[in-house]
Parts: sequence; C-alpha cells; structure tokens
Amino acid sequence: MTWISIGALAVGCYFFKVIGVFAGRGLRVSGVGGEVLSHLTPAVLAGLIMVQTFDGGGTLKVGAVTAGVAAGGLAAFVRLPFPVVLVSASAVTALLRLL
Amino acid sequence: MAERLRAFWYQEHKRDGFLLGLAVGSFGITFGVLANSAGLSGPKALTMSLLVFTGASQFAAVGIANSGGEPLSALGTALLLSARNCAYALSLAQILPQKTGGRLLAAQLVIDESAAMSNAQSSPQDAKEAFWITGLSVFVFWNTGTLVGVFIGEVVGNPQQWGLDAAFPAAFLALLLPHVREKEKLRTALLGAVIAVATIPFVPSGLPVLFAALSAVAFFGLEIRKR
Repeated sequence: MTWISIGALAVGCYFFKVIGVFAGRGLRVSGVGGEVLSHLTPAVLAGLIMVQTFDGGGTLKVGAVTAGVAAGGLAAFVRLPFPVVLVSASAVTALLRLL
Repeated sequence: MAERLRAFWYQEHKRDGFLLGLAVGSFGITFGVLANSAGLSGPKALTMSLLVFTGASQFAAVGIANSGGEPLSALGTALLLSARNCAYALSLAQILPQKTGGRLLAAQLVIDESAAMSNAQSSPQDAKEAFWITGLSVFVFWNTGTLVGVFIGEVVGNPQQWGLDAAFPAAFLALLLPHVREKEKLRTALLGAVIAVATIPFVPSGLPVLFAALSAVAFFGLEIRKR
C-alpha cells in the first residue's frame, strides 16, 4: 500500500463518519424519522453479528466461532455480566480449535 | 485512586466499554502482524490505525494488497466495509457534542464497539459516557496493539488462537439484547439478520451489513402505511 492509498482510505473512512454525525444533528428524535433511526442500530448490529459469525470468506461457515458465539450469546441471554460473555465465547472457540 | 477504580468497575457501561477496547487491542496486534508480513512499514501501519481507525477496513485493505489484488479493489472493499459507520453516526447523533469541533473529534471514534455500547444504554448520560469511554479505549488499545504487532508480533504469537474472533459477535449480541426486548425492534433485527446471511455468499464483503440496514427502512415503510 502506498502513502497515497492510505491517505485516500483515511479520508474516505472519516468522510462516512462525518456525514452521519452532521446529517444527524438536524434530525428530531420525535416522529417517524426518529423511530427509523432507533431501528438502525438493531438492524446493523444483527447484520454485523451474522457476518462475524457465519462469513467464511464469501461462503457460509459453521464452526468453532459459531459455537463460541452461541455460548457467549447464552451467557448474555441469562444476563451474566459482560466480561463473562467475552470470556465464554473466546474459551469455547479456543477449546474447539485445540481439538 | 482505589476508590475511584472501584466506582469505575461497578458502573457497568464504563467497565464494559473499557474491556471491549482491551479486547480490540488483541485484534490490533493481529493487524500489526499482518501489516508487517504484507511488507507495510511500521509508520504506515500505525498511520492506518490512527487515521483510518476502522478495523475491518484496515484488514481488508492490507489483506487484498498482500494477496496481489489491485490497489483500487482493495480501496473499494475497505471503503464499503466502513460505510456502516455512517449509519452508526446517525444513530449517535443525539448524544454527540453540539459544537462542531467536538463533533469532528467524536466522528473519528464512531465504530462498531462505541456505537453498540452507547446505543445499549437507557439514559442519555450513560450513552454519552459509554460512547467516549468505549471509543477512547478502542482507540488507545487498537493503536497500542498495532505497535506491538508490528514490532514484536512474532514473540506474542497470534492472539486469534485465543478465540477472540468469537468474542466480538458475542459482545454485539449482548449489546443487541436490550434493543430486541421491544417486539418491533426484534422484527427489524431478525429481518436484518436474514438479509445479511442470505447475501453473504453473493456480494462482496461489506455489503451484507449495509443491506441489513435496509430492514430499518422496511420498518419505515410499514409505519408510513399504518398512518
């Protein structure tokens, strides 16, 4: 990677963040716009979770990561503290990789 | 000092934000190692982590460039992966500083972790604190991790053996739960998940997450029709 492409990437990534930050400033919380906004996080998060859990480089993959996420998800569901969620997901995945 | 540390630890949104950043640090190490093996100089790798500061995009850019891909396709994929930050920034608009300078600064810290942690809070004050603590924690540890990976990566080994790549989706799942206790948001999340899974095999990486955001728009369509 050249300095120019690194610079272009930095500008592009910051651009996306800044656009959202300033476009959102004028939006009101009330009304349909605000409701859609409040649905943006669950929508994007759900997609991100799926990609990080099942994307094996352009194919769907079920494996050690899937099992780890299931374990961590279960911990979260029964409202165990956040550190327990992190550790249980990692531990299950690491153990399965050792096998 | 001990007293303040204890107070910090018992405020979950602060503790959890800090820990999430710490976990991201391990990914920073991985990035540093990858950048190093891809022939990226230390200053270049660190500049990326400081200024690009979007993990998935950095991995994609360096990975594609390393495997002999075209520079433009590396750049395109990396940008696509970072586009979701725009959605996060919108969702955080209400709790970011009102002044332009503060907003410009906060914008750089808008990423998966800070947005998810902030949006999971119930009060605006907690959401603000969660955003800043998580964002700064990720920033500090991501860059420290990059440094460690670039210079002593071989000594540390590959942190991904510890299974931390599963810790992040699990963390985001935990942060999604407070949202989906509302039925309508559960519907949105499920639709987003289905869209993402269905598109993974067919579109370049970065797009499935963006497509998932469309489920929020679908919700909008339903609401409009109801009124």
